Amino acid sequence: MATTSDLDLVNVTKRFGSHAAVDDVTFSVAPGEFFSILGPSGCGKTTLMRMIAGFENPTSGDIRIRGKSMVGVPANRRPVNMVFQSLALFPMMNVGENVAYGLTCRGVSRSEAEERANRMLERVGLKGFGERRVTALSGGQRQRVAIARCLVLEPTLVLLDEPLGALDLKLREHMKIELKQLQATFNTTFAYITHDQSEALVMSDRIAVMNQGRFEQVGSPRELYHNPATPFVASFVGETNRWQGEVVSSSGGTVALQLPSGTVTQGTGHALQKSAVAFVRPEAVALAQSQPALRDLPNRFEGRVSAVLFDGANSSLLIDTLGFDQPVRAVLPQAGPLAGIEVGAPIHVGWTADAMKVFAA
Amino acid sequence: MNPTQRLALFVLLAPAILWLGLLIVLPHVEILILSFSERVAPRVYAFGAGNYLEFFTEPLYWRTFARTAIMSIAVTAITLVLAFPIALYIARVAQGRLKAMLLLLCLLPFWVSELVRTLGWMILLRETGVVSYLLRAAGLADQPVELLYNDGAVILGLVYGGLLFMIVPLANALESLEPAVVEAGFDLGGSRWTVLRRIVIPHAMPGIVAGSIIVFMLTVGNFATPVLLGGKNGLWFTEQIYAQFITRFNWPQGSAFGMLLLLLSSAIVWAGLRLTGQSLGTTLRQA
Repeated sequence: MATTSDLDLVNVTKRFGSHAAVDDVTFSVAPGEFFSILGPSGCGKTTLMRMIAGFENPTSGDIRIRGKSMVGVPANRRPVNMVFQSLALFPMMNVGENVAYGLTCRGVSRSEAEERANRMLERVGLKGFGERRVTALSGGQRQRVAIARCLVLEPTLVLLDEPLGALDLKLREHMKIELKQLQATFNTTFAYITHDQSEALVMSDRIAVMNQGRFEQVGSPRELYHNPATPFVASFVGETNRWQGEVVSSSGGTVALQLPSGTVTQGTGHALQKSAVAFVRPEAVALAQSQPALRDLPNRFEGRVSAVLFDGANSSLLIDTLGFDQPVRAVLPQAGPLAGIEVGAPIHVGWTADAMKVFAA
Repeated sequence: MNPTQRLALFVLLAPAILWLGLLIVLPHVEILILSFSERVAPRVYAFGAGNYLEFFTEPLYWRTFARTAIMSIAVTAITLVLAFPIALYIARVAQGRLKAMLLLLCLLPFWVSELVRTLGWMILLRETGVVSYLLRAAGLADQPVELLYNDGAVILGLVYGGLLFMIVPLANALESLEPAVVEAGFDLGGSRWTVLRRIVIPHAMPGIVAGSIIVFMLTVGNFATPVLLGGKNGLWFTEQIYAQFITRFNWPQGSAFGMLLLLLSSAIVWAGLRLTGQSLGTTLRQA
């Protein structure tokens, strides 16, 4: 097992005083994989990353890279390189020197280091930038220098600590794709931490959702999105509707959930106690102007549009629905009869039992 | 700019202009003129460079001059080496109250006058002083040891006096170094020495130069410390200036020496800036 993975964490715990920042975390990352750790700020993901990089030592547990334990190995001796949140380019050096820095640290001759740095800059699309000051680069270019600086060392693993956080939206969208492509061309294992679920979903092969020092679920983006294992994952990954209620009957994975208003809904879930919470994705909510169109759905309700949130392809509606204390959020298709719907219009909503995930609250 | 604004600006600048003009520019112009007047007969003076020629023909003068320059550079270098780890600790390791306390500790000796501080060193170093007594008590010396009146004592006193002025600009410069940049230096495989040499020191360069200029200026122009700790062996150039003005009442000669000292320190500061590739502007911002 150890030989087929680049990174293994075994029961890693990190305590600061009595507070466990990372609590008994175990996972493996396969070679060439793009692995993301997704969690809200303060969930311990940065501490986890700093332990892998070698800036913190775990209180207990083992960190292995290609099967070799890294506990006690200082950061400068680990085959791991990190792209920092602030990028941390060396302002006292030019672009070429930044990229060549790691090579010269290893004893590569100055001329060879320079040549390899130039080749690397060419591969990340910064040909001829070697002599520039790092302060004279744009955000996206600085990003690429930070990555080139790591990749030139051919590390087993590249750690990325929310490197897109400082970029504006347009550039961030662009860099997401570029990072993914870079990772594919170099076939290097990437471990990426972020609080932005869209970054994680777009780029990752696998995602670990982290909360309060623990992993809630590890899986592919689709698994996490469609089959969340915990209510935290269901609410943190992607947009969702969330309702609280009581289980009135449960059999074979199908659950009848009664909302505080008395309305009964049909969902799916397992081994539940009385109080429960249910999630429905906005895109799973079917909309229709008349009742018969939704005839086959076990959950059918009437409502009135309370807000139109126009955002191009991500547009959605908030619908005040009878029996629900909060408006139902539904994706608004930008084609078809409902595209031009206005606030106040009556509407019918419905969803399948499968689309409604019920968890113990 | 309308007339009222111009008047306001003038009034605001007036103290600074008066201060610079009356206390710095005017005396220097006076000294410059004085340094070029030769005594041709009692109470008769003529224009000439004789005072400067005197400096070059009398070995005691230019040797003292060279000695002052070399020892000042040495003092600056020693101060820098001693101050760097202290500044590094204050800027990068110490937090909150500890940081404030350490800076206060550096500042504390400056609450008493330079003269008193120097006398403190004399109490420690003289033949019947504390160090001599301790050496004898420990059996390391069998008779009283005179530690005063040598170059070592002078350098010690001057380094002590300069330390604070080196630590503050250095700590300022080091504080602005982003922690992640240092971590990146290690992460990419740099040893402690590589990170220090290629990242920390280049970043601190403006602070190093600023601190060095201040310490060098203070040292070259110091009077009490070399006189008290060096005694007759002190031979600091400021003593020569003092002797010309006060003892020998030869003001033109003293003025020429003063001018030479000003030229010397300016030349060395200029050379230092050229050597380190720093500009005076960035350096002053750091100090």
